Amino acid sequence: MKDGWVMVIGLEVHCELKTATKLFCGCPNLFGDEPNTNICPVCLGLPGSLPVLNERAVEMAMAIGTALNCEIRPSTFHRKNYFYPDQAKDYQISQYDEPLNANGYLVLPDGFRVGIERAHMEEDTGKTSHAGTSGRIHGADYSLVDYNRSGVPLVEIVSGPDMRTGEQARAYVTELRAILVATGASDGKMEEGSMRVDANVSVRRSEDEPFGTRCEIKNLNSVRSLGRAIEYEAERQIALIESGESVVQQTRHWDEDAGRTSALRSKEEAYDYRYFLEPDLVPLVPDAEWIDRVASSLDPMPAARRAALVDLFATDGGVSDAQQDLVTTVVDLSLDPLVIAAASAGVAPSLALARTANEAAKSAEAAGRLDPASFVALLALEESGALTATQAKTVLAELLEAGGGDPAAIAKARGFEAMSTDSLAAAVSEAIDAHPDEWSRFCQGDEKDEKKLTGFFTGLVMKATKGQADGKAVAAELQRRRG
Amino acid sequence: MSPTGLGDAAALADGVRSGGVSAAEVLEGYLDRIDAREGEIHAFNLVTAEEARQAARAVDARVAAGEDPGPLAGVPVALKDNLCTRGVATTCSSRILEGWQPPYDATVVTRLAAAGAVAIGKTNMDEFAMGSSTETSATGPTRNPHDTSRVPGGSSGGSAAAVAAGFAPLALGSDTGGSIRQPAALCGVVGLKPTYGTVSRYGLIAFASSLDQIGPFARTVADAALLFDVIGGHDPADSTSLERPAPAITSVLDRGVEGLRVGILSEHLDGAAADVVARTRMAADVLAGSGATVEEVSVPEVKLGLSAYYLIAPGEASSNLARYDGVRYGRRVAAEDTVTMMTQTRSQGFGAEVKRRIMLGTYVLSAGYMDAYYNQALRVRSMIIEGFARAYGTFDVLLGPTAPTTAFALGAKTEDPLAMYLSDVCTIPTNLAGHPAVSVPFGVGDDGLPIGIQILGPALSEGTIMQVATVLEANGGVS
Ligand SMILES: [Zn+2]
Repeated sequence: MKDGWVMVIGLEVHCELKTATKLFCGCPNLFGDEPNTNICPVCLGLPGSLPVLNERAVEMAMAIGTALNCEIRPSTFHRKNYFYPDQAKDYQISQYDEPLNANGYLVLPDGFRVGIERAHMEEDTGKTSHAGTSGRIHGADYSLVDYNRSGVPLVEIVSGPDMRTGEQARAYVTELRAILVATGASDGKMEEGSMRVDANVSVRRSEDEPFGTRCEIKNLNSVRSLGRAIEYEAERQIALIESGESVVQQTRHWDEDAGRTSALRSKEEAYDYRYFLEPDLVPLVPDAEWIDRVASSLDPMPAARRAALVDLFATDGGVSDAQQDLVTTVVDLSLDPLVIAAASAGVAPSLALARTANEAAKSAEAAGRLDPASFVALLALEESGALTATQAKTVLAELLEAGGGDPAAIAKARGFEAMSTDSLAAAVSEAIDAHPDEWSRFCQGDEKDEKKLTGFFTGLVMKATKGQADGKAVAAELQRRRG
Repeated sequence: MSPTGLGDAAALADGVRSGGVSAAEVLEGYLDRIDAREGEIHAFNLVTAEEARQAARAVDARVAAGEDPGPLAGVPVALKDNLCTRGVATTCSSRILEGWQPPYDATVVTRLAAAGAVAIGKTNMDEFAMGSSTETSATGPTRNPHDTSRVPGGSSGGSAAAVAAGFAPLALGSDTGGSIRQPAALCGVVGLKPTYGTVSRYGLIAFASSLDQIGPFARTVADAALLFDVIGGHDPADSTSLERPAPAITSVLDRGVEGLRVGILSEHLDGAAADVVARTRMAADVLAGSGATVEEVSVPEVKLGLSAYYLIAPGEASSNLARYDGVRYGRRVAAEDTVTMMTQTRSQGFGAEVKRRIMLGTYVLSAGYMDAYYNQALRVRSMIIEGFARAYGTFDVLLGPTAPTTAFALGAKTEDPLAMYLSDVCTIPTNLAGHPAVSVPFGVGDDGLPIGIQILGPALSEGTIMQVATVLEANGGVS
C-alpha cells in the first residue's frame, strides 16, 4: 500500500445453500444437470405460480447467522425488480430492510474482528450463456438460459467496512468459507461459484478522514484474485486522486488475465430496484425454540476446532509457528477429527498433526472419509518402531487410496517388517566399514558436523535396507557405538 | 327452479348423483343456450365443449359404477380466463398471453374437478383484470344479457354474464377491487368476494397479489355458498392461504337475521344514484322487518379507499406483469437484441389500460416517490382497517349498494379512466381490508336493470353475510 494512504474494504459474499430442494419450490437443487430439467411453474415464474418458503433453507441461513454471532430476528421478503432474461419473474425475491440475521461479527485467526452487518436470504437467478457468432449473414448471436439455477437458495453475507488490507480480506474470505463449510450449509467452492465475492473498496489519507467514494468489484473467482483486485483497485483510486481527479462510484469488473478492473456501470446508471414487500409471502418469524434448536445442532466452528488442536500441545509448551500453520491447514480441510482421535489414543500430537497436515491432506477428500481407527492404528505402529516414517507414509497413502483397511495387513503385504536389532547392527557396521574417514570425523566432530554425518550414515543404511530401517534406531545405534 | 327457469346447481348435482339426470344431458342443455346467445353476449374467450363432454361422461361413469362424484356432480362451471387450466389456453384477455397453455391447473380448478364439476369454458374479462366493464379485453367487450347495449361490469364480466345468460349455473371470478361483486350487481346475479386467504390463489394469474381473491358467481345465494365451500380451505401451495379447514357455510344460510346488528354505510350512499339509494334503504327495511336492528353508520376512512387502491394495486401489478417479456412464453416480437425484443413484446402485447397501470405502478414504487405515494397508501390502508374494526365493534355487518349505478352503456366511460375507476368506489375498501363481501340482486332500477346490494362483514364472516343475503334474496323480487 502506497505510503500515506489507507484502504477501506467491505465484502459481500453470496453463498449457495446445500439444500435438497430450491428456496420456493420442490425442484432439486442441482444445476449441473441437463439444462432446464430441474424446473417447475414456480422457479420458471409461470403466470399464477406462487412461492412457498423452504424451511430447511431457513434453518441453514439461521445456522450461518448463529455461526457469525448474529441476532436472528423476525424478517420479511421483498421484491427486487429488474428486467433480465435469466430472472424468471423479472424480479428477485430477497430480504431487504428486515434481514433474518444482523449485527454479528467474525474473528480472524489473528484476533482481528470484522463486523457482519447482515446475512440475508434470497433466490438465485438462472444462468445465461451467450453463443458466439453463427457465421450467417448478420452473424447473429443468440443466448441460452438455463433455469436449473433459478430459485436456488442463497445467503448474502455483508461485512462492515472494517478491513484495511488485501491480506485481511483474503483471511476473512478464507475464514468465512471454513465457517460456512462447518455449518453444513455450503460447500464453499469459490471457483465453482457456490461462493461468490464482491468487494467494496475505497481509499483515504488517514483513519480520521471520512470514507472515500467506493467502487464495487465483481467477478472475483478465487481468494487470490480477490487480493490482487483489491490492491489494483486501491492503486487506481490513489492514482486518480493524486492526479487531481476524483473517484466515481461505480461497479467494476475484475479481469483476471489482464490484472485490472474496468467500469461496468456508474451510480447514475444504477438500477432503481423498486423494492417493496413481497405480497406472496408472509413474515418469517422464527421462535426462540427453533433458534435454540438450530444453535444447539451446530458443530464446533473452525476457531474452536483450531483451539482444540492447539490445546493438545499445552503440556509441550504450545505450538510452534510452523505447527500453527499445520493446525490451520488441518481445520480448513476438516481433518481435525483424525488428529484428535490419534491424540486421544495416546499418539504424540506432533506426529498426529504432521501426518495429517503433510500426508493425509494431499488427498483431503479421501482422508475425510477415512475411519479414524485405522489412522490411529497406523500411527501407533509408527510410534512403536514397527514401521519407519517412510513405511508409515506409504501405508497411509495406500489406506487413503483404498478408502480404508488394516494398516498392519497392508504393511505385511508390502513386506514392511521392522528390522531385527541384529540385521540393523550389521547394516550399520557395513556402512562404517565402507567409510572409515567419515566415521572418525563423526566420533570427534563438532555438533554441526555430527548432525550432518548422522544423516549421511542413516542414508547409507536406508539405501542398503531399501528404507526398511528406522532412522531413529540407526541414529541411536551410531551414538551407542561412538560411546 | 329459479326465476330464469333454470335448475339451480345444488338441484342439478342432486339429480346427477341420484342418476335422475345425466351430466351429459345437463351439459348439452347449457351448450345449447351458449350456441343460441353467445354470439351477441361474448361471455367466453373459449368454450371447451369437447373437454366438458369428456368430463361429463366421466362423471356419469362414476355414477353408473355406484360412486359419488361429489357435491358438484355434473354441474357446469365457467372459469374466468385468469385461472390456469392445464393444456387449455389461458389468456387474461391479453394479446401477450396468446397461445399460452399452462402446464398446470389452478388449485380451485383441481378442487372443482374433485367435486365432480364440469369446466365449460374460459370467460372474458378486462385485460389482466384491469377494468370495470370488460371493455379492456383484447377479444372485445362482453355485453350485459339484460340489455346488450350495456356493459356487464368487470373485470369478471364474462363470468357474471355467463351465469346471467344461463350459459352455466356457476362461474368463478376474481375480485381485486370489486371485480366479482360489481359485475354480479350489474348482471343481476350473486357474487361473493371471500376473506383474503380463504381461497387459494395458486394458479390465479396475479393482478395485485395482496388484494386478489377468487370467488363464486351463482344465480342463488345457496349455490354461491356451495361453490365457496368446494373451492375454499387451506392450500400449502399458497403461503397467504389461512391455516383453516374448508369453509362450511351452506349449512348456516337459513338462520335468519333476528338480533343481527346491521349498519348502513353512509359513505356508500353518497354519490350513488337515487334509485340505487332507494333500493338500499328498502333492503335495510326488509332486514329490520326480519328482526335485525338497523342504523346508519359512518366510516369516513373508506372514502380514502379509491385513492389508496390506485396506488397499491398498480404498484403490485407493475411487478407482477414484469414477467411478460417474451423470453419464456406467450407472445414474442422478434428483434435484433434482447432489450428491443422485451420492449417491443410489451409495447405490442399489452393494451392501453394495462400500460397505464404499469406506468403508474412503476412511478409510485420509484426511488424518491415511494414514500409519498406507495407507502402513504399503505398507511391509508391501515386506517381503513382500523375504521372497519371500529364499525364492527358495534355492528355485525355493514350494508350498502354494490355499485353507484346500474349497468352503463358500452363506451360510456372508456375515454374517462377516472369515471370508470369510480364504479368500484363501494367495493374497493373491502379488498384493502381483506374482508369478505357479497353482492346480492335486489330488484331493478328506474331503467329496469338489476341493482345489487352489498353486505360487508369482518374477516371470516362469510356465513353471516350470506345469511343476510339469503333474507334479501327471499324478499327482493318486488321492484
Ligand atoms: Zn421449481
